[in-house]
Amino acid sequence: MEYLSIASILGAAFAVAFGALGPALAEGRAVAAAMEAIARQPEAANTISRTLFVGLAMIETTAIYCLVIALLLLFANPLLG
Amino acid sequence: MNSPLESVALFNLGPVTITQALLSTWVIMLILVLGAVLVTRHLALIPGKRQAALELIVDTLDTQIRETTGAEPAPYRSFIGTLFLFILVANWSSLVPGVDPPTAKLETDAALAILVFLSVIWFGVRSGGLRGYLKSFAAPNPVMIPLNMLESVTRVFSMFVRLFGNVMSGVFVIGIVASLAGLLVPIPLMALDLLTGLVQAYIFAVLAMVFITSTVEDGRSAQTAPSPPKKDT
Repeated sequence: MEYLSIASILGAAFAVAFGALGPALAEGRAVAAAMEAIARQPEAANTISRTLFVGLAMIETTAIYCLVIALLLLFANPLLG
Repeated sequence: MNSPLESVALFNLGPVTITQALLSTWVIMLILVLGAVLVTRHLALIPGKRQAALELIVDTLDTQIRETTGAEPAPYRSFIGTLFLFILVANWSSLVPGVDPPTAKLETDAALAILVFLSVIWFGVRSGGLRGYLKSFAAPNPVMIPLNMLESVTRVFSMFVRLFGNVMSGVFVIGIVASLAGLLVPIPLMALDLLTGLVQAYIFAVLAMVFITSTVEDGRSAQTAPSPPKKDT
């Protein structure tokens, strides 16, 4: 196998692996904070969970970007021709 | 395994190539339009079962729009509601065997994101006039103009990639697990996919609403306030 394709596969794997780390930590913190807020103030649960969902989607976008980059490397690599 | 970035052509209709995503998009549009026409055909003051269900949906949409943005839902209900219902039905169409959700393809999501981009301009111009809309780019102060122009494109692009990535990855993972493990194993993943589909449709609609109202409000405040903004105490 060529070096370029090996590098692409490794790059895709590392992109997903490290791209999932940051959003996972961030989502954990966000959910923990939301849980605490709901426990303190259960009557605001609707607003908090709605904002939480939108925020989680925002955080998740970074992981999705990494996934798209990995898929580009695997399936539509411009360097491999 | 097929690349998730490419779409498969089914047949040619003259010069137009019909892909599977295009076909399922049109079928979903047909179902939604026909369903809406059938349900709203005999509207009565005292609703029957079907009308009550429909009113529940519309009322929920209105409440969500009002609570997330504080705006009156009437001008936005049709666009946001259609966006939400279409993406929801499209995401859940993966339940039908043999159908890939059209939102798992690049072109459908790009079209939806372009719609949101254009609707931001449309609602901004309609409420604040062209001057108000253009002034909304200089929202906190004129230094932000290049950043605001860049943001108006990138936020829509991120909506596009977010919807595509979420739906496509769900379909992709189910495909991989089904090909590795067999027929009934990916069922929990499909249940997760239903949740993801609902959340993504909701988020797409909410974000579109937030972008529209922020532009509208910026345009309005630029229209009414004198050019040196008052200092809040």
